[in-house]
Amino acid sequence: MVWALPPVALLTLFFLYPLALVVQQSFRPDGGGPSIQPYTEVFASQAFRQALWTTVWLALASTAGCLALGFLLALVIAFVPFPGAKAVARFVDVFLSFPSFLITLALLFVYGGVGMANGAWTGLTGAAQGPFQFLNTPWGVLLAEITYFTPFVMRPLLAAFSQLDTAQLEAAGSLGARAPRIVRTVILPEALPALAAGGSLVLVLCLNEFGIVLFTGAKGVTTLPMLVYGKAILESDYPGACVVAVVNVLISVGLYGLYRVVSRRAGA
Amino acid sequence: MLVHSRGARWALWAVFLVLFLPLFALPLLVVLGASFATHWSSVLPSGLTLANYRSATRGEALQALVTSLLTATGASLLALAAGTWAALAGAALEKRGKRVLDALFVLPVAVPSVVVGLSVLVAFSKPPLLLNGTRWIVILAHTVLVTAFAHQSVSAAITRLDPAYEQAAASLGARPSHVLWRVRLPLLLPSLTAAAGLCFALSMGELSATMMLYPPDWTPLPVLIYAATDRGALFTGSAVAVVLMAATLLVLFAVSRVRTRASYR
Repeated sequence: MVWALPPVALLTLFFLYPLALVVQQSFRPDGGGPSIQPYTEVFASQAFRQALWTTVWLALASTAGCLALGFLLALVIAFVPFPGAKAVARFVDVFLSFPSFLITLALLFVYGGVGMANGAWTGLTGAAQGPFQFLNTPWGVLLAEITYFTPFVMRPLLAAFSQLDTAQLEAAGSLGARAPRIVRTVILPEALPALAAGGSLVLVLCLNEFGIVLFTGAKGVTTLPMLVYGKAILESDYPGACVVAVVNVLISVGLYGLYRVVSRRAGA
Repeated sequence: MLVHSRGARWALWAVFLVLFLPLFALPLLVVLGASFATHWSSVLPSGLTLANYRSATRGEALQALVTSLLTATGASLLALAAGTWAALAGAALEKRGKRVLDALFVLPVAVPSVVVGLSVLVAFSKPPLLLNGTRWIVILAHTVLVTAFAHQSVSAAITRLDPAYEQAAASLGARPSHVLWRVRLPLLLPSLTAAAGLCFALSMGELSATMMLYPPDWTPLPVLIYAATDRGALFTGSAVAVVLMAATLLVLFAVSRVRTRASYR
């Protein structure tokens, strides 16, 4: 019991206490006493509502995309293996150790105003402008988030699939079940815990994602973390930044708590 | 084998490649290609050059690389020490205490890194602990962010540890400190190095909290990459990004060598 105290004390000093100060500051407009004025101001502002909505729908859509894509890719790697499938699985692990903003940087070259795709199009058709102009819209952020976070779904899925007894698949197959039916009735139920765990982790990470949105540099795409950064660093409006931070923390910690419960149920 | 017909199998593999290559392999290749180029306005980059690397390995870029390496090394060592201590102490607690400790230590994963940056900024910009404007505030924030991952992977490894070894050592009269140093930590070494590698990689790529905190004389690589792309120097930015990836991979590789040597013991 005594041995647990030093790390907990450090955590309290460097993480919990600063977080408490953020909450305290959010109730204290500049130089004044405690009041809920910062909250009413922030909640009333159009920018906040827009950012909240953008953050939530982007996170939900990215998670859905990652789940669908990750399930399909993991399915092929695990059950229809091809030469090099192992290397692909290892590549996925390497992918996880790179920062997220690299994806946006790469997309700038692929779909940017004068990038690969548009350059190829204008070269082929002689048009003045290429058709790919979505990079500065939420769709560009969505593409980048799905790309970056899909491996986070694939890893637990591959782990779950490696424990699945292939005899079940053979039995189902020899009894006449076709592949879609085997996937639906045998593989999917086994994969559900891993899907739930991976999906909720990705949801939280998407809600908190900052690098991808910052690198996109689009004025139209503001998420809650971007708003925290903008208010604190660019506008020096600390009470406002703290209010947005509190809202963001409540949403993501709530969801992460759910994730922990789900993954403990699943035994993952 | 899920799909028996040869044609269906090939069709599936084609779908896999069509999804996998553009989404996952292409971004990395594109950054690599751009780092050697000066123009990219058609399918392939043009104006091949090494000039981007020359500017990515000297002056402020070199400084940023050193900054990133020092920050990541410092943060991952501190996080490893704190995370391992917490995991070892947690394993000795009864069930409810362990659950509370685990929940406390994973909390930094769930809290947005931007908010961790903001909270550190709010808390340490005034005495008694005035860290704002120094390098220590960046290292501190990185440590807070990666400790959760160190704690998670070490405590997962502890639950897999075979208790027979330490029981045998203790029954032969070894003191608890001796058991810890000579039995448990050596057995945990592979997962400790893996955790250190993970923390290092995360800290090397950390951008969100760093953007809130970095002082002008302590600019890590991700911030430099952002500054380069923000002013339109995409090709220099790519070269710096390749340097970042290469440095991360090199350290991860070195760390994994330590792991294989230890696991033969």
